[in-house]
Amino acid sequence: MPHHAPLRLRAGDGYWLVQFEAMASPCEVLLDTPDRKLAKRLGRIAQNEVMRIEKKYSRYLGGNIIHRINQAKGQPIEVDEETAGLLSYADHCFRISDGLFDITSGVLRRAWRFDGRSKPPGADKIEQLLPYMGWSRVSWQPPILQMPSDFEIDLGGIGKEYAVDRSAQLLAAASDISFLINYGGDLFANRPPGHKPGWLIGLESAEAVLTTETTTNAIHEQFVLAHGGIATSGDSRRYLIHEGKRYSHIINPLTGWPVQGAPRSVTVLANSCTEAGILSTLAMLQGSNAESFLAQQDIRYWTIR
Amino acid sequence: MQLNNKPIRQSLALATATLLAGTSMPGYSADTGDWEIDSGILYYSEDGRVSAIEPVIQLRKYLGDEEAISARLVVDSLTGSSANGARATDSPQTFTSPSGKKTYTTNANETPLDPTFRDSRVALNTQWDKPLSQTLRGVFAFNGSVEHDYTSLGISSTMAKDFNQRNTTLTAGFALSHDSIKPLGGIPVGMSAAPTSTSVSKAEEGSKDTKIVSDLLLGLTQVVGRNTLMQLNYNYGRDTGYLSDPYKLVSVMRNDDPDTLANTPYLYEKRPDSKTRNALYWKLVHQFSEDVLHLSYRYYWDDWGLSAHTIDAKYRYEFAGRHYLMPHIRYSRQYQADFYHYQLSEGDIPSYASADYRLADMSTTTLGLKYGIQTQSGSEFSVRAEVMTQQSEGNAPFPDVDANIIQLNYSMTF
Repeated sequence: MPHHAPLRLRAGDGYWLVQFEAMASPCEVLLDTPDRKLAKRLGRIAQNEVMRIEKKYSRYLGGNIIHRINQAKGQPIEVDEETAGLLSYADHCFRISDGLFDITSGVLRRAWRFDGRSKPPGADKIEQLLPYMGWSRVSWQPPILQMPSDFEIDLGGIGKEYAVDRSAQLLAAASDISFLINYGGDLFANRPPGHKPGWLIGLESAEAVLTTETTTNAIHEQFVLAHGGIATSGDSRRYLIHEGKRYSHIINPLTGWPVQGAPRSVTVLANSCTEAGILSTLAMLQGSNAESFLAQQDIRYWTIR
Repeated sequence: MQLNNKPIRQSLALATATLLAGTSMPGYSADTGDWEIDSGILYYSEDGRVSAIEPVIQLRKYLGDEEAISARLVVDSLTGSSANGARATDSPQTFTSPSGKKTYTTNANETPLDPTFRDSRVALNTQWDKPLSQTLRGVFAFNGSVEHDYTSLGISSTMAKDFNQRNTTLTAGFALSHDSIKPLGGIPVGMSAAPTSTSVSKAEEGSKDTKIVSDLLLGLTQVVGRNTLMQLNYNYGRDTGYLSDPYKLVSVMRNDDPDTLANTPYLYEKRPDSKTRNALYWKLVHQFSEDVLHLSYRYYWDDWGLSAHTIDAKYRYEFAGRHYLMPHIRYSRQYQADFYHYQLSEGDIPSYASADYRLADMSTTTLGLKYGIQTQSGSEFSVRAEVMTQQSEGNAPFPDVDANIIQLNYSMTF
């Protein structure tokens, strides 16, 4: 039988903080209860769900549905209900963003290395890759997906946010208490903790992080979150600089080149974390028009330039 | 780029709601399949008296949705000597063992201890935790235990109803058990003469008897503020049937000399055949930023005239790196049962009498320390050491009983 991954429980002032590592991120759930047993049980539920989603959708792990799709070599693949939901969602996002959100654009990573030092690729290298991407060239007839040979999909752009929302659903179904989920800066709160207007969220210069536990000097702004999902897109940690020019790791799939003039980070508050994630990603892709795009959307947002 | 002047929020919100609602994966529950193992061993030893080794193993299987089944197996092995109830005298005393086949002698001025005391017990408890609605949980349990002279079978059930966003919980429960006792040498007639070296006769009233133990519980748990939990329980219990200890004696002294044994020196004890018990229990759990304080008080009283006040405090110091230290202090003051007699006087024999020191005026003090550590894999190991002293209070001059307790525990989830 598989052994459980570590789950850390820390007592706070009237609440429990559950911590674990998943999806290459520190994951935390703040639970508004003094009951340690309940906290542990809910923590396990959240952890199991994140690990389930990671196992099922990580493109780094073999044998899962993503691996099957990416190895299909042009053959049609029938997918399960949950995967179909995610593909239809990605399809919808592709259409409403006029192609800016594209789960087939991951192949461009072969050209770009965002380690801060590498050279940008030559234009010819990007030109060579463009024939191997583009959701518009994929046939998606739920539940059948058929892609041209050598196409790949990557749900990494929504996986963590989806895991936040799924965990939130399971926690809400399993208990009545208030909670705040924070998976590597992607957040969701179901409702305010008892006797308080909301959870105190600090926006770091790069990513949204909790300040309930750690108060760093890098806090850019603080606000109180009563309910909803928060996601941040940014390039302050992944970029490269070449000949004085800064290349963001956010690549426009329509050109194959990093977006220019985008904010360092965009943080969005929406009904769900998944929705916030799509909006923040699309805002980054607007480059210098990020703020005017966000202003159209009737949401709360924060940008850092 | 293209998206300017094009609000997409409505369309996106709808699609996201569809994604999250549509793939609810029927029946999937993330805590399904969790097994929890709790194992431990307890070593209990009274200075110069009985000692016990008690391994425990508990398996718990989570079925999802807060439903769980568990089974707990306890094995007790007791060896050593146990006070037979008779008092120390200034000359040696000889007793017949409960089986009637052996005798043992106690030195002058020593408390008579029955050295033939040896027992093992196997107990199995199975439990089913079942949520009946979002706010109502039920627990259904079955217990059984077997010793060479004692069998117990019981059922119990508790319902817990949450109110007020789980800040208030009301609990109601019952427990019922049927016990059979079949002592070595049969059931002695209470207040009849025990065999001595000169008279081997023993009055018996059959080889076995039974008792029924029933309990009702009412409880209120309230979250008081963000880091305090308070619990108040009331327990009503009623025992009927054979409630005496078939192996316990009472010394009878001459009425002209209370330090010399009478001609009929030992009687079998006799307790009433029914008892009504009450207990009030209050508990507070307060959480500081990391540490946790547990404080409780219990008041017990019954219609045998026995009553007791108990206070208990534990403080859990959390160290960084997932380990903790928990000191424990407990103090209990007990007031004796109406029919407790350190000794009886010849010619003044009451209808009920017991010299069992556990029914006497006494105080019990327990000091303990527990250390626990969580490993990388999420399992927990703990060790607990306690010293307990039972001390005579009032006019029952039984000697102190000191006991040491060591417990090792290991729990893991897989």
